Amino acid sequence: MMSVTDALPSASEAGPAPKRIVVAYGFWIFLLSDIVMFSALFAAYAVLVRATAGGPTGAQLFNQVSVAIETACLLASSYTCGLMSLAVNSRRRAATYFFAVVTFVLGAAFLALEIREFADMIARGATPQRSAFLSAFFTLVGCHGLHVTAGLVWLAVMMAQVAIKGFRASVERRLLCFALFWHALDIIWVWLFTVVYLMGVRP
Amino acid sequence: MLVYTIGLVLAVILTATSFWVANTSLLWAPGIPLGLAVLAIAQMGVHLVFFLHITTGPDNTNNVLALAFGVLIVFLVVVGSLWIMANLNDNMMPPPELMNLHMQH
Repeated sequence: MMSVTDALPSASEAGPAPKRIVVAYGFWIFLLSDIVMFSALFAAYAVLVRATAGGPTGAQLFNQVSVAIETACLLASSYTCGLMSLAVNSRRRAATYFFAVVTFVLGAAFLALEIREFADMIARGATPQRSAFLSAFFTLVGCHGLHVTAGLVWLAVMMAQVAIKGFRASVERRLLCFALFWHALDIIWVWLFTVVYLMGVRP
Repeated sequence: MLVYTIGLVLAVILTATSFWVANTSLLWAPGIPLGLAVLAIAQMGVHLVFFLHITTGPDNTNNVLALAFGVLIVFLVVVGSLWIMANLNDNMMPPPELMNLHMQH
């Protein structure tokens, strides 16, 4: 007679975890290492934030409206990425493509705004070489922007894989990894806009 | 779908609050950076739970432990760097003009 305790083996007796869970764990460890790298860049920025060498400060350079729109774009893209994950799980192809395109457009909008911000700063003489503060700023925010760019390339490649290979298990695992990557980028942006832009506008 | 929507709404509220805190004159100024940091931690929590599904289920234990380790390393790197650099800064010699004034007996 089966009792409730016989129904499911405990985690250690059930054998190796499904590949999906193992892959997600491995990718999560990579993401954490990426976050450690960002924390080193954050630490460098925090140490150098006052080293403006007589040049412009954050308060003089940063435009909060632009940052607010960038934040909204990235947060919305995280949401639509979640909806894409749901579409992948339920094998809805059209919904997957739709939410992938929306995620891509929002991510691209974020990048366009950020590139415009960098171009404006450089045009005003606030180049990475101007001061230690600016070097640290461009490195930190630029590194995040590079990650977003890589994510957009990855998303495009994944849509091609869905088109060609369909929703097989390997494609689904890769899409799961992409979703983890994209959400982690938004978490890093939360810290970026809080520490660099919001704390930076206080005199 | 509901999970993601709740996460989005919470994140929007926290983000809007952060922008308000940074720009208002209604709060005690020295407490603002701490308030912003707390809001950022809350937002990170919302992202981890609602978007990244870091829960307390048995399949998730390894993920939670890895996250805890990651947080420890991040804390050491950031706080350690700030502490050491502040210490080094305090022990630096004053710049030349001040030193001349100092040395004029």
